[in-house]
Amino acid sequence: MNPGAASIRLEEVWKTYRVGGEDVHALAGVSIAFPQGSFWAIMGPSGSGKSTLLNLLGCLDRPSRGACYIQDQPTAGVDDDALSEIRLRHLGFVFQSFNLIAQLSVRENIELPLFYLGWDAERSRRRAEELAALVGLEQRLGHRPSELSGGQQQRVAIARALANDPRIILADEPTGNLDTATGIQIMELLGDLNRRGKTVIMVTHEPEIAAYARHRLHIRDGRIDRIESADG
Amino acid sequence: MRELRLVRNIRLGIKNLVLNGLRSLLTMLGMVFGVGSVIAMLSVGEGASQEALEQIRRLGSENILISSVKPVEEEASPQVRIFMSIYGLTYADEQRIRETFSAVRNTVAVKSVRKEARVGTRAMEIRAMGVTPGWFDLVKRPLLAGRALTPQDEERRAAVVVITETVARRLLPIEHPLGSFIQVSGEIFEVVGIVQSMSTQGAGIQAPDREEDIYLPLGTARERYGDLVMRRSAGSFMREQVELHQVIVQVDDVSRVENTARAIEEMLERFHKKKDYRIDVPLALLRQAEATKRTFNIVLGSIAGISLLVGGIGIMNIMLASVTERTREIGIRRAIGAKRRQIVGQFLIETVVLSTAGGAIGICVGLLIPLLITYFAGLTTIVTAGSLVLSVVISLSVGIVFGLYPAVRAARLDPIEALRHE
Ligand SMILES: Nc1ncnc2c1ncn2[C@@H]1O[C@H](COP(=O)(O)OP(=O)(O)OP(=O)(O)O)[C@@H](O)[C@H]1O
Ligand SMILES: [Mg+2]
Repeated sequence: MNPGAASIRLEEVWKTYRVGGEDVHALAGVSIAFPQGSFWAIMGPSGSGKSTLLNLLGCLDRPSRGACYIQDQPTAGVDDDALSEIRLRHLGFVFQSFNLIAQLSVRENIELPLFYLGWDAERSRRRAEELAALVGLEQRLGHRPSELSGGQQQRVAIARALANDPRIILADEPTGNLDTATGIQIMELLGDLNRRGKTVIMVTHEPEIAAYARHRLHIRDGRIDRIESADG
Repeated sequence: MRELRLVRNIRLGIKNLVLNGLRSLLTMLGMVFGVGSVIAMLSVGEGASQEALEQIRRLGSENILISSVKPVEEEASPQVRIFMSIYGLTYADEQRIRETFSAVRNTVAVKSVRKEARVGTRAMEIRAMGVTPGWFDLVKRPLLAGRALTPQDEERRAAVVVITETVARRLLPIEHPLGSFIQVSGEIFEVVGIVQSMSTQGAGIQAPDREEDIYLPLGTARERYGDLVMRRSAGSFMREQVELHQVIVQVDDVSRVENTARAIEEMLERFHKKKDYRIDVPLALLRQAEATKRTFNIVLGSIAGISLLVGGIGIMNIMLASVTERTREIGIRRAIGAKRRQIVGQFLIETVVLSTAGGAIGICVGLLIPLLITYFAGLTTIVTAGSLVLSVVISLSVGIVFGLYPAVRAARLDPIEALRHE
């Protein structure tokens, strides 16, 4: 695949909710291409449609109008199973509130995507250890999420997002629940992944965090306000 | 690979249930008691009906039992003093039955009188049974010593008796019973045989033989004791004349039993002005007992079904609560790429694990309760393999049926909504 090819592409995407008999346009005609290996920060005021956009990119939702392509596969008109399959094969999610499963150990949380990919136990185990080492938590594999700090939990979440070796990582305010120092660690980790070729798209409020991204996509009222790109 | 995933799914399900230990246990209780009571009730029912069937079978399915019964009218009006009452089966009846019907293979005539038997100073109340030699083939009681009564005994009106083990123990505890003499109402008889005693309890009809019987040739009984019985009742003497107390008819083929019984009844109706006899057909009782058992099983089955329904609803309730509680987990799994049917599978397996675990404990309870019932209440209980298989099938299907709705509900959750759930 050539490096400039779009990993995700949106064409004139609308997302409309009907609230109390009135149409609310969470997204109102967004067209943009995210090239493979790029690093994006989506910014904008509260309620501007950032999460809605990220959910569409993540195939958790479908546009009301317009088209969305993941790795050149259209997401419109495919069934729920096919969307699940795209998430399973191509995407990794990191959430603001970590979203680890409390009853499962760190190891089991990291292995979760592999379980759905049908990997056998032995191979999954090795992969989980590898990833835990990558995020610096190889000593914590047997712990429960509740026994970890917020930053550690988010690192587990990142390890889990990497388990299926996705080309795209989507993060909705990954540092939102963390202090500045820990947030910086997480950003360094994401920056590192981007340097290894993964497309990283994250939503954030904080300019210091957004500064890690090459591109900053500003959204206002469901539309693209402007795009800022760092040089180099 | 698929099987492996199923195994991991089951392990995951068990793990989840263990995590919520107490709650899972309480949820399972419905199944435990449901399955336990099904097995226990069926075992009691099976035990009771087996016992009844066994007793009826012992009467012989190819036999017809005709007994003399004191007519109802005479019994009902004790003010009218009837000093002499003549009723019951006659020698002529027995002969007619034996000679008229081609299906009748053999008949046994029985004359029974309550007497006191004594040997020296030992005495006991016995039932002296005047029987024709066919008797011993009929009751199928093992002969423990000596011989049975023979046609020659009958012909010679021999003063010989065959006694039961019980009578032998009571009257002749130290002597060698065979060849001993016992005295019954002034008459002396020689003991020629001993038959096994067997206690029989009521099962609709009284078995013809009892523990405290002595058997003597019918002719001898008639000759020594006559047909007249004196009875003292309510201050006055009552005289009864009964020739035969029972006639047992052996039919050559089971398929002809019921028709023969009907024909005998018609014949007896013609010769008896009053209904002073009763006809029992063990085969008909057997059929009836089997039908009763079926009904009993249906009733038990319905009760059990209701308790399992309640158990199932309990499980469904908990699973719905569990789905709500784990909404976020479902959202996470869906975001990671779990398909709807995998979510359905996960929750369904959990419910099935829950219900089968409950069922398994229920089976243990169901095996234990009959033992306790037998121990404390003395009832016969039989746990059939069928009821165990039924329990397993039921607990599996309760899990599937009642787990399906919560599981589908979990899978239908919108992933975004689910992730936002607190
Ligand atoms: N399920 C929904 N039903 C109705 N309206 C919705 C729904 N989801 C989002 N919206 C609306 O769409 C708009 C965009 O919401 P979105 O969550 O994308 O905002 P956001 O930019 O992520 O805000 P924040 O920074 O507060 O997270 C809002 O006006 C919101 O009310
Ligand atoms: Mg948001």
